[in-house]
Amino acid sequence: MMEAGARKAHKDELIKLVSVWKTYRMGEIDVHALRDVSLEVARGEFIAIMGASGSGKTTLMNILGCLDRPSSGSYWLDGEEVSRMSADKRAMIRNRKIGFVFQNFNLLPRTSALENVAMPLSYTASHLTEKEARRRAKEVLERVGLGDRLHHEPSQLSGGQQQRVAIARALVNKPPLLLADEPTGNLDSKTGEEVLELFQELNREEGVTVVLVTHDPHVASHAERIIYIHDGQIVEDLPRLHSRSPSLKEVSHEGV
Amino acid sequence: MKVYRTVRTALKSLMRNPLRAMLTTLGIVIGVGAVIAMMEIGVGSSTAIKNTIASMGANVLLVFPGTAASAGVSFGAGTVVTLTAEDAEAILRECPSVRNAAPVVRARTQVIYGNKNWVPSVMYGTTPAFLDIRDWTELAEGEPFTERDVMAANKVCLLGQTVARELFGDESPVGKEVRVKNVSFRVVGVLGPKGANMMGMDQDDILLAPWTTIKYRVTGSPLQTVTQGSSSSSSTTSSSSSLYPGSGAKLYPERSEAQAASQPMPVRFNNIDQILLAARSAEEIPLAIEEVTLLLRERHRIRPGEPDDFNIRDMTELTRTLSSTTTLMTNMLLWVAMISLVVGGVGIMNIMLVSVTERTREIGLRMAVGARARDVLQQFLTEAVVLCLVGGMVGIALGHGGSKLVSVTMGWPVESSPEAVAAAVGVSAAVGMIFGFYPAWKASKMDPIEALRYE
Repeated sequence: MMEAGARKAHKDELIKLVSVWKTYRMGEIDVHALRDVSLEVARGEFIAIMGASGSGKTTLMNILGCLDRPSSGSYWLDGEEVSRMSADKRAMIRNRKIGFVFQNFNLLPRTSALENVAMPLSYTASHLTEKEARRRAKEVLERVGLGDRLHHEPSQLSGGQQQRVAIARALVNKPPLLLADEPTGNLDSKTGEEVLELFQELNREEGVTVVLVTHDPHVASHAERIIYIHDGQIVEDLPRLHSRSPSLKEVSHEGV
Repeated sequence: MKVYRTVRTALKSLMRNPLRAMLTTLGIVIGVGAVIAMMEIGVGSSTAIKNTIASMGANVLLVFPGTAASAGVSFGAGTVVTLTAEDAEAILRECPSVRNAAPVVRARTQVIYGNKNWVPSVMYGTTPAFLDIRDWTELAEGEPFTERDVMAANKVCLLGQTVARELFGDESPVGKEVRVKNVSFRVVGVLGPKGANMMGMDQDDILLAPWTTIKYRVTGSPLQTVTQGSSSSSSTTSSSSSLYPGSGAKLYPERSEAQAASQPMPVRFNNIDQILLAARSAEEIPLAIEEVTLLLRERHRIRPGEPDDFNIRDMTELTRTLSSTTTLMTNMLLWVAMISLVVGGVGIMNIMLVSVTERTREIGLRMAVGARARDVLQQFLTEAVVLCLVGGMVGIALGHGGSKLVSVTMGWPVESSPEAVAAAVGVSAAVGMIFGFYPAWKASKMDPIEALRYE
């Protein structure tokens, strides 16, 4: 906590949302998915965004991931105003600055782990050679503990392993931000715990900023900071020590 | 590098479902295969047809002596005697687009063998080159007469099938003697059958002999040539006519010395009735006509501005048949190719659309990790083109193999056609582009959020 506070003091913000609104028009009625959301996340933080379904957390996640643009307000990512960028520019930002981890892994079927991981590299503007790309993919796979599964296809891997491949894919371009949408939703509690520990490890050792989106308080308790969202508004923004998670204590040993 | 990677990615995506890829491209494989096979067989048969038509004399040109006209009344072709056997030799020597040339002297008289007689519809005095020009070098029996026979005016002849049948029946005529107006000819060979020509005239009803023999030994006697307008003029000069009996009354009164001096007649000793030419190819016919015209004008000392004293005819009808046959063949193949490739293309489009829908999540994922719309478009377009190209290659191999098989098993003439191969590759790539574009465009227009959530 102290460390996180110190980082904030340096104003080293990775994410800065200023009064972001997201409005969908459904027939005659405007539906506000996000209302005046302002948020700052410092580099190296591990935060969780919690909320019930329909609370707007997925919308927030889409905006943070540059998949969607706010209706109003601005979003600064790594010092760049991304809310007004064109689709192509946002694609480039996603490629360089953001790693996505999905609930259902989204791996390419019948494609080896190595190639799944190397896939984002083919959209990187600075073209690596084929060899270089494979070497980097191999490195990240080793980093997530799958050095011996390089040529396995998703169907030959367990759920936990698949999610690790997905995490490796998210990391292959060395992005500062890792966005995970219910990363443990399809995993049993034991492998889920392992995946969450991997996130913590990456956050701690590589300095990757992790944003977890979840509805599960237990999962959220792995974060340093938890943001509760309800009806499109941030209702609580708590450092982990104030969190009401039951597993708080044991996590505090591992975290920070 | 980028192209290589894109193609590799496309190949990998296709290999994720090899059976489907194979079935998808089957339309192109069959289309291109059919085109290649049709093309090779078609070009082969087209060449064969061309050769056949050419053998009917499409390359043949006829040079006739010019027209005599008096006070505006024309007497028709061949009424002046200006062509000589030397002209034929000069044409062959000096006109590069002429393959062969033969002088022709015509006659029409009775041929007798034993107690049978027959009047061949065509009796030509010529040189051995005639057989080459008419593509008639295959004899049913015996051998053709030779240049030496021509020079010596030897009494030898070749009989057409009809003449041989009428005079000899089942007997072999070779070595036998036939009489042509009291001149005894030894039959050296029997021509191969050629059947009727396009006008329905029996081409086998023919007797061929050295032109010197016909001219000096047969038509030389004036009595026999009174019906031959073109040959009659030669009778006055033929010295060999005195060798034989039967010189009857002259048709025209003898000209006096004074008449001959005041009105000289164009008389050549060795004039002939026509020259038969073969151009090197049907395309070279206009060139050959030009060359022959120039040469003959020079040889006949015709001043610029004066009309030709000869005329040249070509087989326009045959030539036109030939070119229209080829055009028809090519057009037909083109349409078959088009239709089959469009069908193949529709198949590609269909499956690509299914594939795009099926891979919505993949598209969403690729967009999430940084693929721009144009990257997605490029990927799917490349897949379609690669699929089509691979199909095209397999099709080319199959088509080529198929046509080879046909040529080996059925003996059809086959000619491999590099143009068709190039066209097939080009067209299959184009089909991939055209029919792959809509699915690829649809994929590129997806919203990544929706696509990722797609079940």
